[in-house]
Amino acid sequence: MNLAALPLLDQAVLVLAAMALFSAFALLAQSRLLSAIHVFAWQGALVAAVAALTGAASGDVNLYISAAITFVLKVLLIPWMLHRLVRRLALERQADPLPYPALTLLAGAAIVVFADWVAAPVAQFEHSATRNVIAISLAIVLLGMLTMVVRRQALAQVLGFMAIENGLFLAAVASTHGMPLVVELGVAFDVLVAMVLFGVFFLQIKDSIDTLDIDRLSQLASSVEQDEDTEPPR
Amino acid sequence: MIWLLLTVFTPLAGALLLPLLPRVSVAGWLNLALCALSLVGALGLAVEVLLHGSLAGDSFRVDAFNVYLAVLTAFVGLTTAIFSRPYMYYVHSEEKRVSRNGMRLYHSMYQGFLFTMLLALTTDNLGILWVAVEGATLTTVLLVSLYRTPAAIEAAWKYFILCGVGIAQALFGTVALYFAAQHVLPPGANGLSWSTLYAIAPQLEPRVMVVAFVFLLVGYGTKVGLVPLHSWLPDAHSEGPTPMSAVLSGLLLNVALYAVVRMKMLTDAALVHSSTPQLAGHLLMGFGLLTFLVGAISLHRRRDIKRLFSYSSIEHMGLMTFGFGVGGPLATFAALLHMLVHSLTKSSIFISVGHATHIARSQRIERIRGLIRTQPAVGWSLLLGVVAIAGFPPFGIFTSEFLLLVATMQAWPWLTPLLVLGLLVALAGLFRAVQPMVFGAAPVGQYPVRANMLPVILQLAMVLILGIAIPGVLAHWLDQATQLISGRPLL
Repeated sequence: MNLAALPLLDQAVLVLAAMALFSAFALLAQSRLLSAIHVFAWQGALVAAVAALTGAASGDVNLYISAAITFVLKVLLIPWMLHRLVRRLALERQADPLPYPALTLLAGAAIVVFADWVAAPVAQFEHSATRNVIAISLAIVLLGMLTMVVRRQALAQVLGFMAIENGLFLAAVASTHGMPLVVELGVAFDVLVAMVLFGVFFLQIKDSIDTLDIDRLSQLASSVEQDEDTEPPR
Repeated sequence: MIWLLLTVFTPLAGALLLPLLPRVSVAGWLNLALCALSLVGALGLAVEVLLHGSLAGDSFRVDAFNVYLAVLTAFVGLTTAIFSRPYMYYVHSEEKRVSRNGMRLYHSMYQGFLFTMLLALTTDNLGILWVAVEGATLTTVLLVSLYRTPAAIEAAWKYFILCGVGIAQALFGTVALYFAAQHVLPPGANGLSWSTLYAIAPQLEPRVMVVAFVFLLVGYGTKVGLVPLHSWLPDAHSEGPTPMSAVLSGLLLNVALYAVVRMKMLTDAALVHSSTPQLAGHLLMGFGLLTFLVGAISLHRRRDIKRLFSYSSIEHMGLMTFGFGVGGPLATFAALLHMLVHSLTKSSIFISVGHATHIARSQRIERIRGLIRTQPAVGWSLLLGVVAIAGFPPFGIFTSEFLLLVATMQAWPWLTPLLVLGLLVALAGLFRAVQPMVFGAAPVGQYPVRANMLPVILQLAMVLILGIAIPGVLAHWLDQATQLISGRPLL
């Protein structure tokens, strides 16, 4: 593919999408929570910029609204809520290093190749820039899932969850110029409610288990089935 | 139209209104009344659809397939509300496991959950469908952690994360579907409307549709409880309040399966001229069979009574998924009937289980003994419920499983032994656990509790009638749905 031959707008979208993919890798590997929250905010900003650029190209007002919602939600509101939670739970200094950094990042690279392969059928009736953005957005979704699998900190898992939403939004904007507005609003509402619920959960987990290390949340599968003394207090 | 609004928006009003009520006992009654109102709406809607054919509008579509599920949803919502009023009041005032604010949250989220279920069923817009199914997760997640024990919080976290990630895949699938539609539809058309998509399905690009279907199946399949994405289900069922387990098993799993079947209809129509026209059906069959067998085997050696019956739900969802995968009028009819009878039976079982755990003051199977001595009504209803769910005649589950076996013998004879084996393994697992619970020696100091058995009697009677003779109206109704899904009527 000759990148220089593409219209300037497509080039810009591709560059922004590639940077969003890079931020997904950064989110995967960043062990300090506060830095990871900043990376997430940057990713949200990049995705919102893609939406705004696409809106400028197509003149679609809905896309501007989507971009504005994303900016407010993913760049300002959610990072602010997470910041507050980190301070409230006194996690500023806590690091959550990856168990196998090299292996994890290699798995991430494999995911990108896989996403490119899945997006191959799109190529035949769409010009190559869109196909690449779809592949990138799928890779961001899958990298978000990988983040949720490998990180043990509950907050890092939430960041992975929100990164998945970013990837989905990028896919919707790049491939279809955005879903209908009512759907976008519904999705944004769900994300917001999910974030509030996550906040409630952190406090509950902190209260009852006294740590946010998800490895401690593995009692159900093993002990409830086998031990005698795990009857919940009545 | 007025019936539709009444059905769907009564629970929404309830979700907003009920947290404002300070009195717990009043909220319980009002919860019940709202469910009854919603059921009236659903019945009116059903009569309208049966008389005048399917209704379609800008944003909703009600046909034989979803109207029967809407009536079922509203009905099980009502019977569970009847059960939940005294049950939750007992948990609140006697056991003191839930605070007053917890009860307000409970009632609000119960109605909110019913709203998302009914919205998911009646909407025509696939994006709204996704939002509603995700909304169902969000409304139930705080209920799973209602008791605030470490185990409950762990279960809720697992449920939230696994379903959240799963359902995200479904959104990607929806985007891919919309993408495929945009290349066929003129600009300005609603490319997320199921009716529009179904009309143009043969023109949709098959290879994109395959990618979309796989993502949609994984996404909604997580909520159906398909193996290997089922691990949230037993935890959420066992740690949440029992009325929640009843509606999760009876309603949520059905609605998720409904979404999968709608997507299969689109994919089948799009792949008709490709080299793999049966791909969607084969995927459903594979996942369904695996889920069925894993669920049946997992029924053995359970320690927690609610986990036992949640594995039974996994097993039955696998069977239905398999049935829809086999396709054809007979298997589809059987799967539709199975959705109906499983939902009625399983929610009645959870109601009996709720009373049983109050009698024994424990959820552990080895501590629940001698129910039939202590309180015959609870013992008998649990026993009859299990007899029905295990597939004994004359109950309705026998009919649907028998039809499904016949359909399998016609289409895939070599899979029949696997199905029969799975059914026997499940039967053994269930009775091994239930026999001592019902007939064993009752421990000293075990007393009856106040129990309202009306919902159980009502639901088991319906399952019995469906097993002996399906009323003509209902058979015709299910047949219309069969025709919609498989293209041909059975009767």
